Parts: sequence; structure tokens; C-alpha cells
Amino acid sequence: MQLRVRALETVLAEKGYIDPAALDVIIEAYETKVGPHNGARVVAKAWSDPAFKRALLEDGSKAVASLGLLNRVGDHLIAVENTPKQHNMIVCTLCSCYPWEVLGLPPVWYKSAPYRSRAVNDPRGVLADFGVTLPAGTDLRVWDSTAETRFIVLPMRPPGTEGWSEEKLASLVTRDCMIGTGLPKSAKEVA
Amino acid sequence: MDGIHDMGGMHGFGKVEPEPDEPVFHAPWEGRTLALNRAMGYTGIWTIDQTRFGIERLPPDVYLTSSYYRKWAVRLENLVVELGLAGADEIKAGHALRPGKTLKRKLTAADVPNTLSRGSFSRPAKTSARFKAGDRVRTRNIHPETHTRLPRYAREKVGVVEAIRGCHVFPDTAALGKGDDPQWLYTVLFDGRELWGENSDPSLKISIEAFEPYLEPA
Repeated sequence: MQLRVRALETVLAEKGYIDPAALDVIIEAYETKVGPHNGARVVAKAWSDPAFKRALLEDGSKAVASLGLLNRVGDHLIAVENTPKQHNMIVCTLCSCYPWEVLGLPPVWYKSAPYRSRAVNDPRGVLADFGVTLPAGTDLRVWDSTAETRFIVLPMRPPGTEGWSEEKLASLVTRDCMIGTGLPKSAKEVA
Repeated sequence: MDGIHDMGGMHGFGKVEPEPDEPVFHAPWEGRTLALNRAMGYTGIWTIDQTRFGIERLPPDVYLTSSYYRKWAVRLENLVVELGLAGADEIKAGHALRPGKTLKRKLTAADVPNTLSRGSFSRPAKTSARFKAGDRVRTRNIHPETHTRLPRYAREKVGVVEAIRGCHVFPDTAALGKGDDPQWLYTVLFDGRELWGENSDPSLKISIEAFEPYLEPA
């Protein structure tokens, strides 16, 4: 594929459609700047600041933009909150829609047939593949990203983290817990 | 289209296999492919839904056996040829054999930071929304041969409107290059048993983002 893609890039550059230097900058941004560390900061802020949490649940795009993590936040970001009663999980059964700006590029498994087929009819089985078992009595809510709205899960703050700084709280927040296929790390794992 | 891409609820694909410490790209050509797609999208020559439809039209065997970025690369080759931006002979040769067309704009390195986030898909509404939160709706039984965002598993099912998300570009029209055709968008919530039958997990609820033309009152 390396040669095939290089041939395509050469043709498109010679035609004057693209500038290879711009491609370099895009790749560097996805490798270094855009990633789940941005989402983790959003979650940590929501855990520490009730006003921000309300704003986030009301209008995800606006609240995330107010943090100034990114140059520009796309529209239509929706944060969905896990509670003791309900666990949320995000999928795109039709392609690979994912909140790039806060989580970076999606992992291979998110775009794979097993996840996309089973997340909507066997989400507990999917969670088991990730080694996650929810407490009895937790309902499951799956969000299929079938339009340009994008979802991020706001997980529950782990116990034993009272008084932690936002930075330390962010270290508990994994990519998967913001997709809903994982839970945040426990206080013990980080302390 | 009722294609292989519409995977929700299918059986037989096996376990989900997370990769520990997964790299952003598994090979340099994956990054180039992503960036090429972004840069070509920036020229305004096609909509995001035209590119999705480009993936959906890959033959099912190619779809299932290609990695994610291989699908993107093949789709890009197909689209540039379809739209007359380059010839199959040029792609084969690996060099331009004729001058290119003039496109609306070209992405420069300096512009990249401002183009990393998505644009808005909201559009002014020409009509008021037909449904409101709490309304019971039935999804339509449609099977267009072209692009649609109503998944098969959620057709002809009864759900409840949970939220109105505004008026958005309608993918079914935009995928054909026929303009924005804005439509109201709703989050519609279904009980697991409505979608998967009485043996479904009773504690499961699934929502889709549904455009108004997909819905009728129930």
C-alpha cells in the first residue's frame, strides 16, 4: 500500500490539488496534538466543577470550546452522563463516526465489524470482551452515531478521589471510559 | 443502500479485540491516506456523505477484507476517477499525464490548524419541526439503493423522540451531490425488545440520530 498511496499522492500533487507539506502538518497534529488527553481534561473539569458539568451536559461543543484546548471545536458534541442507574456506550454501526476533537482518531477495534455489529444488540457481551462487568441493576444505553452529532461519555468519578486536582483526576480518565467500553481507573491505580 | 457497511445487529463477526498501546497509525501510508482525504475534502469537490457513499459502494469482499485506511485509499482513487479529477491511467502511472482541473481552494500547511475540527452541519430551517420530545414515532421501511443513515436494524420500529438536534444537512441528498436539503434531526430512543425481540436484554435501550424524512407518527 505504501507505493500505491505514494502514486496517488504524486498524481494529486502534480495536478495541483494538494500540497504535500499540508499533509505532513495534518499527520503531525493527529500524532501529537489531537488525542484522548483532551477528552480527559474535559471529564476532569466536569468532575471538579459543577457549573462546568452543567454547561457540558447542556451544550458539549460550547463547554469544550470554553476550555480553549483546541483551536476550534466542531458543532454537535453531546456529552452523556453515566449514573449508578445507567451506563452509556457510543458506536457508529454504519461507518466510524467518533468525537475526533476530544478523543483523537478512533482505535481499530472501534471501526471493526465485531464492535459495530454487536454494540447495539449485545453491549454487555462487548463489555465482557473489555473485561468490564457492570453492577447488577445498571441499565445500558447505546448511542448509534448515525448523523453528525458526536457523543462523549462522562463517566462516574471514582470514589476515594476527593480533593484531587484536575490534573490528577485526568490521569484516571482512559479513552475507553469516554467511549463507554471501559471504566475510569481506580484511585489506587494512580495514587 | 442495503450494503455490508450496515452492520448493526449482525452475527458472526466474533469478539472485539482491543490492541494494547495501539499506535495512531500502523504504517506511514495510513497517515498519508488520512491526510490526503482531508486535503481533498478541503477543496470542496465533494461532501462527507459522498465519501461515505464511496466506501459503501466498495464490493462487499473488498470491504470486509480491507483495513480501514485501505478502504479510504481505494475510495479516494475511485472518487478522483469518477469525478474526472485524474485518470485511471495516471493513477497507474503514478504521475499526472494531463493538467489538473481548477478547484475552489487548496489546503496549505498554514491553514491546517484551523481545519482540524469539523464544520457545522446545521442549516436554517424552512419549516417547523414535525415532532417534539416525547412523541412516539415509527421509522419508515425504506430501502434506497443510494446512501442513507437509517440503519436496517432500526427500520419500521417504534421509538420515542428524546431530543431535537436542530436542522441539519440531509445525508441522503448530500451524498448524491444534490445540495444540503436541510432536514430536522432527532434522537430517537428504542427499547431493546422493539429492535431485537422478546429475548433481548430488558435493560437495554438504543438510540439513533434520525432525520425527519425517516419518521412518521406512531
